This record gives sequence, C-alpha cells and structure tokens, in this order.
Amino acid sequence: MCPSMANHTITVTVNGARERLSIASNMTLLQMLREKLALTGTKNGCEAGECGACTVLVDGEPVNSCMMLAVEADGREILTVEGLAPEGRLSPLQQAFVEYNAVQCGFCTPGMLMSAHALLQRNPNPTETEIKEALVGNLCRCTGYVRIIQAVQAAAADRGGV
Amino acid sequence: MTGSTSDPVGKSVPRIDIFEKVTGTATFADDMQFGPGLHYGRLVRSPHAHALIKRLDATKARKVPGVKAVVTGADVPTNIGLYLIDRPIFARECVRYVGEPVAGVVATSEEIAQEAAQLVEVDYEELPAVFDPEQGAQPDAPLLHPDLGKYEVANFIFPQPGTNISEHFKLRKGDVEAAWPQCTAIVEGTFRLPQIQHVPIEPHVAVGLWESSGQVTLWTCSQSPFAQRDLIAQSLGIPHGNLRVVSPYVGGGFGGKAGISMEVCAVVMARAVKGHPVKLRMTREEEFIGTSVRQSLVAHTKIGCDAQGQLLAMETKYYFGGGAYNDYGVNIARAAGYSCTGPYLIPNVKGDSYCVYTNQPIGSAMRGFGMPEIHWGIEQIMDQLAEKIGLDPAEFRRRNCVKSGQTILTGMQMTPINLVACIDKATEAINWGKVEEPSAPHKRRGKGLAIMWKAPAMPPNPGSAAIVRFNEDATVNVSIGAQDLGQGAFTALAQIAAQALGVPYEWVRISIPVDTKYSPYEWQTVASRITWSTGNAVKNAAEDAKRQILEVVAAHWGEKPEDLDIKDGVVFSYRTEEEQSLKGMVIYGLPNEGFEGWKGGPIVGQGKFMPTYVTNLDFETGQGTRAVVHYTVGAQAIDLEVDPETGEIEVLKIASVYDVGKAINPDLIMTQIEGGAVHGMSSAFEALRFDETGQPLNPNMVDYRIAAATDIPKEIHGEFVETPLEDGPWGARGVGEHVMVPTAPAMANAIHDALGIRFNELPLSAEKIYLALHEQAPA
Repeated sequence: MCPSMANHTITVTVNGARERLSIASNMTLLQMLREKLALTGTKNGCEAGECGACTVLVDGEPVNSCMMLAVEADGREILTVEGLAPEGRLSPLQQAFVEYNAVQCGFCTPGMLMSAHALLQRNPNPTETEIKEALVGNLCRCTGYVRIIQAVQAAAADRGGV
Repeated sequence: MTGSTSDPVGKSVPRIDIFEKVTGTATFADDMQFGPGLHYGRLVRSPHAHALIKRLDATKARKVPGVKAVVTGADVPTNIGLYLIDRPIFARECVRYVGEPVAGVVATSEEIAQEAAQLVEVDYEELPAVFDPEQGAQPDAPLLHPDLGKYEVANFIFPQPGTNISEHFKLRKGDVEAAWPQCTAIVEGTFRLPQIQHVPIEPHVAVGLWESSGQVTLWTCSQSPFAQRDLIAQSLGIPHGNLRVVSPYVGGGFGGKAGISMEVCAVVMARAVKGHPVKLRMTREEEFIGTSVRQSLVAHTKIGCDAQGQLLAMETKYYFGGGAYNDYGVNIARAAGYSCTGPYLIPNVKGDSYCVYTNQPIGSAMRGFGMPEIHWGIEQIMDQLAEKIGLDPAEFRRRNCVKSGQTILTGMQMTPINLVACIDKATEAINWGKVEEPSAPHKRRGKGLAIMWKAPAMPPNPGSAAIVRFNEDATVNVSIGAQDLGQGAFTALAQIAAQALGVPYEWVRISIPVDTKYSPYEWQTVASRITWSTGNAVKNAAEDAKRQILEVVAAHWGEKPEDLDIKDGVVFSYRTEEEQSLKGMVIYGLPNEGFEGWKGGPIVGQGKFMPTYVTNLDFETGQGTRAVVHYTVGAQAIDLEVDPETGEIEVLKIASVYDVGKAINPDLIMTQIEGGAVHGMSSAFEALRFDETGQPLNPNMVDYRIAAATDIPKEIHGEFVETPLEDGPWGARGVGEHVMVPTAPAMANAIHDALGIRFNELPLSAEKIYLALHEQAPA
C-alpha cells in the first residue's frame, strides 16, 4: 500500500466531547463515526454523496460524511444525530418530527434532521421553498417529504428555530 | 411513552417507533455490532448478460493475506426460489445477467475482500441474450433456462418448458369474439414500462454465522424472515429449527427486501468460515442491479364498450420481463392475470399474462405487485373510450367500476367496497369538470383521473401468529413475526392489541427485533396484508388473554365472565360496578379469601389467523370460487400544468381516496397516501437503463433519480372511505401499496387533458413531453 495509508492521530470534537483518534488516511468521516465511535445513528446509504443519509454538521455546516476524509475533521466540531438529544431530551425539531409523523422507515431521518437543523440555525424562519432546497440532498423514499417539510416549518414557527 | 389513550383503534396515536427513529437509536442491520471476529464478504459478479462459464480460478484470490475463503457455484449445487426454484445461489455453468454472483470472497476486511474479488479469474463464452419480454416469449428466442421443466414449482404456477415463459396465466370469460361487433367504441394500445428499482435508502445488509454445532444465524434487513428461513433451510439442507433469522428495523423495503435475494450468499459464505460472522453489504450499484427490480412490461390491450358506455369486451396480453430468475415474478404475472381488467366489470374477457425470462436483473415484488404496470394501460384506454362515446371519464368509471357482491372476472364475488364513493370524493377534491386557469398564460393545465384495485397476491394460505404477554405493571409485550418497514405496522398492531385488551395504547410494546427463534410465525410482510392478517392474529391473541383475565376475576368475585369487561387496564363488573386493576394480577393472580390459596397466574394470550377460503383457479380459464382474499380499491385525481417551453410538469394537486375498511390509525393512512403519491409520481420518471449488451447504464442515485423534496406536488389531499371488510380487524384492510397504482396513469390522463397527447411508454421526461409537443405543432 502507498505511504498515505499510514495512520494519523487527530483531535476532534464530536457532540461536544473531545476525542483523540488514530485514523487511517483513507477512512471517511462516516466510517470514523460509525466504526471508531459507534455513533451508528449516521447512516450509510450510498457512499457516494448522493443520498444524504450520512449528513452530519462540521463546524455547523451540513456535510455528507461519506465524502469527507476523517483526517480532514482534525480540529473541527462534529454534530451528529446523537448530539441533538443529549440525555434523551428531544430538540424542538425532533419533537416536531414526532408530532407530524415525519418518519416512516427512519433510515433517512438522522441525515434529514441534521440538514434541517443546519437550515434553522442559519435561517430561523425559512420559507417552504427554502426548506425544500435545504433538504434537496436528503433523499427519502417513504414519506413523500410532506410531513418533513411541515415539521421543519412547525419547528421554525412555534419554537423560533432549533 | 407518556399519555393514556383509551380505545385507540381509529385514533391517530403517535408511531410506536418514533422516539428511536428521531434519535438515531433505532437499530438497522448495518448498526449491529459483531466484535473483532467479524469477517466481510464481497461478491464477484458477472460482467456479461448471458454467457457460459468456461473456467473459474480463485487461486490468486485465495493467496491474498487476510482472505479466509472463496466460495463458488461448485460449493452450492442447489437452487433457491419462492414459487419457482430456478436460481443458483452462485452461478453454475452459465450466467444470465450482468451482476449475477459467480463467487463470494470472505476476508478480514471489506477492502481485502474487494481486492481479492478482482483477482478471481473467470473465462466466459458469450451467448445470445434476451432483453425484450415479448421477443423472449417467441419460440425462436434463445433459451435461458433449458431445465425449466425440472424446477420445483408451486401448484398454482404454470411454466412452459422449452420456452422462456416461466408463467402463463389464462383468463377466459364469456366470448370476446362475439362481443366485438356489439361494441360502438373500441380502443387498442400497446403500453411499455421499463424495469425500475425500489431504491430504499438502506441498501441490503446481511450477516451470516454458521457455528460448528450446526446452528446458523442470519441477521438481515428483511420483510420476510420466516420465508427466508424456510427457503434457505430447504436449499441448504439446514433443519428449520437450527436456522435463525433476525431482522431489526428495515430501512425501506417496497418489496425489494421480500422473498430472498443476496441474504443466502452471506449464509453460504459463513459456512466456509465456521464460527465467524460474515457481513455482506450491498453498494448502491449492487442494490440497483444485484438485488431485485420491478419487472418490465409490454402490454397489448384492447377494450370495447357500447353506445351507452357499458364495457362489453377486453382482450389483453401482458408480457412481464421477469429478468434472469423469476422465482417471485411468476406470481406477479399471475396476479396481473386474474386482475387483468383492473377494477371494472367486463362480461367478456380474454387475458393472457406471461412472465418471461430476460437477461436482466431479477424481477421481483415491488409496491403494487403488477398492478401499477397493468393500470398504466387500462386507465388510459378507459379515458379514450369515454371520450369516444362522449361520456365524462369519471361518470364512465362510475358506471363500469366493480361493486360489492358482483361476480368479477374470475367468478369470485366481490368483497364489500365502495369505489364510486372514492371516485366522487377524489374528483370533488380537484374541482373535476371545472376548467381552471394555469399559473402563467403560456402553461397548459389538465386534470386526470385513474382508479385501481389490488388484491393481496399470495399463496392461498399465508398464516400469521401473535403472542400477547403481560408484565407485572400490566404493560404488554406483543410478539409478532411481521415487520415494520416504515409503513407503521408496529403502531397499528399495538393499537389493535390495546383495544382488544382494554388497556391504554401506551402500555403496549412490540417485541423486536423480529427473530424466528422467538417471534411467532408470519408468512411475509408483503401484499399490504399485515393490518388485516397479523391484525387478526393480534386481536385473537389479545382476546385470548382477556378471556383468561376475566375468568380469574369472575371466579374471584363470584360473577360470570360475560358480566365483566376491561377498560383502561381495570377489570370492572357491569352488574356490581366492582373494580380490579390489572397491575400485579396479570402475573401473580389473585388470592382466595383469607389468602387460602391463589387463583390465576401469568397471562399469555395466543392468536393466529390464516385465510382458509381461497381456491385454486382453473388452468385453462382462470375461473374459480375465490381467487383472492379481498380487494382494496381507490381513486386518484390529479390537477397539473405543463410548461410547453420546457416540457416540465408541475403537479398542483393529487387527491387520493381509498376504501380502507376501517382506519385503525387515520394519520398513518394519510402518510401512506402522501408517500405513495410521491413514489407513484416519481416512478413515472424512473427507468433502469441498459445498453444493447445488457450493461446497466445508470445504477446510481444521480443517473437514476428518485423524487427529491423539490419535486413533490403542491398539495396532496388524502381521504378514505370505510366499507368494512368481513374478516378484517374492525373491518380493516390494507392500503400501503395502493396509492402507487393509479398515480402514473392519472398523470398521463391529466397530461392528455392539458396537451392532447398520449404517452403509452414510460418513463416520462420533460424532454419527451417537449419533443412530443414540438412534433405536434404545425410546421
């Protein structure tokens, strides 16, 4: 194998906790979260940046974690779905997903929540079009997106964002 | 869960699985942890659509450090299949589609397995291939399965050995030849639908473990853990009791995780490395070509009516492109055959429905199971007939649609439904008959309607079972073998248990994951049958538990059980108004007076359900007493506009109305309507494309687009009608698949209304619509 396969030690903040990890240079952020930290809420749907199921926030910005190398996360802050409800207290956005039945199989849900969370952080009062555009990279085959959009609207309107 | 919902049937209680799913803690197959002993598998797949395997040499692959085993067809001499046992687990002698597994490599990491898979040497000799099902059905077509006559087959499936026809269903009713001259209007058309894929967001994952004791476990995302256990046990000679299939949450199925596909490969690969679990995970490309797809269809359909618009005759030939192996697909062709008229009463019918082998990915179950495919043509012809004789298409359908008690095409009496009410509500919701302005002057607006029927297409006797157990605090564990793929089955079944027991909904838990070792039997989570079939089993189990409780309390009080009931977890007497909480007594029983002994004990209720009344149909005519358990019917009305400058369609409103019998959870039905409408719309633009040699051209989510959040209709309006089903729990029947069925033809009818152009071939695209408009325009 080429020299770049060597391991790197990185320091990364994940859901508020600082971690020091030894990472192979070809490991993706998605693999790091799922395999090194057992944060399996972040899903692997395509490993090609096409479906959005692996969306996490890196320094507040939504990223397809399958398309980012773990070493690039060195020194940065990652938020995953597990970080939205510390100690099981649902965020207003999660609560809205519950109230609007915005979930069916649930496989796209973590990525969907992260994209919506990022949207509401930068734009607490998005229009319907803005919500759809923010979620366009997160594919869902079950819900037809209707309840997801309604839940994001409700989280924005009732709770002033996330 | 907090709250206390009494009598939950009919109420929109929250999904039972929603907390897990919004926190990312719901466990899917890929999330399960197996420790450092876990090995990984990769499949070596055929690069050819049809070829002989001349040589297979895995020597180099086996030498790669970390490789633990390579398995090939030589290791597995048997076939596998649901209705027609036609599929080698790994190819032997020949390959029949691009992507067919020819070998499986097991290694200590996915990367090593992948590297070694590329070193497996296979020499092929290419053979002529079949891609079009109609051509494939001809006598001179290259023969894909010379051994078709030797395969085991279910007794209601009729393969034609010596041809590529794996199933031929014949429907003969009345005399079509005599009826054509009576017709005032006749419309005939050829309709084509491509293969499409389920595209669940979760790709297939299977982990197999073969222990030296002979115990075998398969963890996988499955709609059919029990069917998989049965098929794998039979194919590999494992005693059923030694094979355990565990299925955690399923990340979308739509039929693609029903029956069996790649799971058995993981079991065979695990057999080669006993004691080590082997994980096989599909890439997205493999998901597209290496699991299963919806079959293609070529339909030649001719329908006629008299001057009053009464339907008189129909003749149709359906050629389903079943792909390389038709184990499940044969029953889709059969279902399309016995339902070939769509939801219409037609006195003279000649229908032939074929499943045909092609050198393409395996055709299998997909939401709607043959019905979206056949309704695409039927519903466009009905509009054309209505137009020819000058009747409103909605009125034409009201007159001709099937009604309760009528004798339908197979000779069966139609189960209770009200399709006319569905048509009325759907058309009203889009202001049917009212010409409305488009959003811009250059755009063209149109409205369209389609109706549908669909029966659960199954063997005659698929069973369901349930166990209801109490805990000390009177919370309840319901064990079932049915699966929740997102459709909400666990929630509806918990509601049914709570209602039948007389406890709040919040007291009920569903025992998951589904595990064939601990869960009671369930045939498969398919066919929109769970609310009905498993619902009946759960209701029976809950009633059994309730009977046991009331007997104990009645003896305690010196009353008769029939004078007692349970509400909100409290037993009470209608006669004396005495009360007894369920807490404690459902485990410990009740003490006799003065504690002179005890009565009762832990309450465990059991229930089952199996339809016993379905009959086989005559091979020559398709006639029989009862073809199916029941039909669900519904109507879809669409209001849309087309931008002639781009060919783009915008759906303004979809109105969907289905006769659900009884809405166990009204809001969950609405979510099925919304999801099904978008899935149906999306499917009209989808196609798995191949080049002329059978190489897939778009097996990824960029080149094969599914609807995104920006593609959805402006408004989805859902309603339901409740005509109780005789043997449904509180009258309920299934509705999970149905919205998928009429959506594409309703769009086609609306596009015709807007543009005056018909599209008989899917997929649609803005380009196709634009070009058709361009051709239509005067030069």
